Amino acid sequence: MAYSDKVIDHYSNPRNVGTLDKSKKNVGTGLVGAPECGDVMRLQIEVDEVTNVITDAKFKTFGCGSAIASSSLATEWLKGKSVDEALSIDNMEIVEELALPPVKIHCSVLAEDAIKAAINDYRVKNGLPELEAAKAHH
Amino acid sequence: MLKLPIYLDNNATTPMDPRVLEAMLPYFTDHFGNAASRNHPFGWQAEEAVDYAREQIAQLINCDPKEIIFTSGATESDNLAIKGVYEMYAQKGNHIITATTEHKAVLDTCKHLEKLGARVTYLQVNEEGLISLEELEAAMTPQTILVTIMYGNNEIGVLQDIRAISAIAKKHGALFFTDATQAVGKVPVDVIADGIDLMAFSGHKMYGPKGIGALYVRRKNPRVKVTAQMDGGGHERGMRSGTLNVPGIVGLGKACELARTDMEADTARISAMRDRLERELLTLEESYVNGSREHRLPHVTNISFKYVEGEGLMMGVKDLAVSSGSACTSASLEPSYVLKALGLSDDLAHSSLRFGLSRFTTDEQIDYAIGHVKEAVTKLREMSPLWEMFKEGIDLNSIEWAEH
Repeated sequence: MAYSDKVIDHYSNPRNVGTLDKSKKNVGTGLVGAPECGDVMRLQIEVDEVTNVITDAKFKTFGCGSAIASSSLATEWLKGKSVDEALSIDNMEIVEELALPPVKIHCSVLAEDAIKAAINDYRVKNGLPELEAAKAHH
Repeated sequence: MLKLPIYLDNNATTPMDPRVLEAMLPYFTDHFGNAASRNHPFGWQAEEAVDYAREQIAQLINCDPKEIIFTSGATESDNLAIKGVYEMYAQKGNHIITATTEHKAVLDTCKHLEKLGARVTYLQVNEEGLISLEELEAAMTPQTILVTIMYGNNEIGVLQDIRAISAIAKKHGALFFTDATQAVGKVPVDVIADGIDLMAFSGHKMYGPKGIGALYVRRKNPRVKVTAQMDGGGHERGMRSGTLNVPGIVGLGKACELARTDMEADTARISAMRDRLERELLTLEESYVNGSREHRLPHVTNISFKYVEGEGLMMGVKDLAVSSGSACTSASLEPSYVLKALGLSDDLAHSSLRFGLSRFTTDEQIDYAIGHVKEAVTKLREMSPLWEMFKEGIDLNSIEWAEH
């Protein structure tokens, strides 16, 4: 299967690979997927508690090139967005941006899940109610 | 200068040897006759070439030239052997024994026959990829007409104990068929000494052309017959109708001759390169060889690099043409059934690469492959949350994963 140029670019030069201090109150961590499915994404956001803006985002992904590219792109999009804006990122935007084929749509779904899981973790840490979407996963 | 990408997927198919191509070429143009044309020199010439090829093949596997049935490839040979025996020996019984790590051409043929009333036993393999002779013996019944166990596995290269298996089949009056597609031309295969009644193999896995294969069908002790699955002019002793693919047959014959003359030297060189590749890649932490290393084809190694996903890894080793046991591209997300049959967890099965070397692989290519894979695995591990957890001493099994 041929990968799009954008997937290859993100795979070869991934943006924002790394780890944020998950013990910090203003860091939200989302870990989604499962090793036996061949995809695990960990996405982290650091939030300015005054402005509610995401100041940093990092990821680590175990998965195929499309999964790595989806999470790399997600971190790029998250930085500078408010937490509420970030919640509106839809997996189909990732599909379009990276030109993912149908068999790789699940990679974008996973990235969206990771964003929501990270935001949810941040909310719970800061005494805000859990997201409905996150609740549904339990 | 090293030409990229480097082809290390020779279990999928091999490049054709130029000596094979040379032997074939006249049979496309000058000697184009139909081997079944009995009335003119065009036909005689083609028939002569086919007979010569039968001899070349017979010499490689130690059979009589008349015992070779030409087909379009190993998949057709598998179908003809299993369905043909099932139909021909229906009066004796309806039980077939095979193994879970067989090629799909065998497994799906068995599944097809199950729908028609066959009873099929699928033997499990151990972590080395080998079936248990005791379990085989225990599975044999008076209704067992066929035992079908592959010679060498396409994914992990594991060689079954063919002589012991065929002896058990014989003892219980069942026929023994082996899909030897990966083995013929790579390791010495002797249908007499190995006790084989039927055997499938093909040209393109041993430096011959695609679209040609053969089924060995024993003619004495016992005389084996299969019901034709293709009706028509009654070619190949009535077992496989259809105009013979003369250039393909000439190519398969030449490939077999070259395998016979070159096997010893090829194997020494190829297995030394394979061993070096394997040794070097195993210096990476948490990397494991899948399947038996003792009973194995000389040109294959299948390695799992834990905490790295196979398809992502293949993209990282873009200068190498290899295969992965990860099936992230398929809708099922199911990793290789062969690796799972060895008892590998799904995550390790997803983390595997298969390297298949050939007589055209060079030391320089192996040097490059070693460096390239090491670099990619290291880079992807730095990107892998699982690797980070492993390094922090977190037990991945203790985490409640959200399966999707």
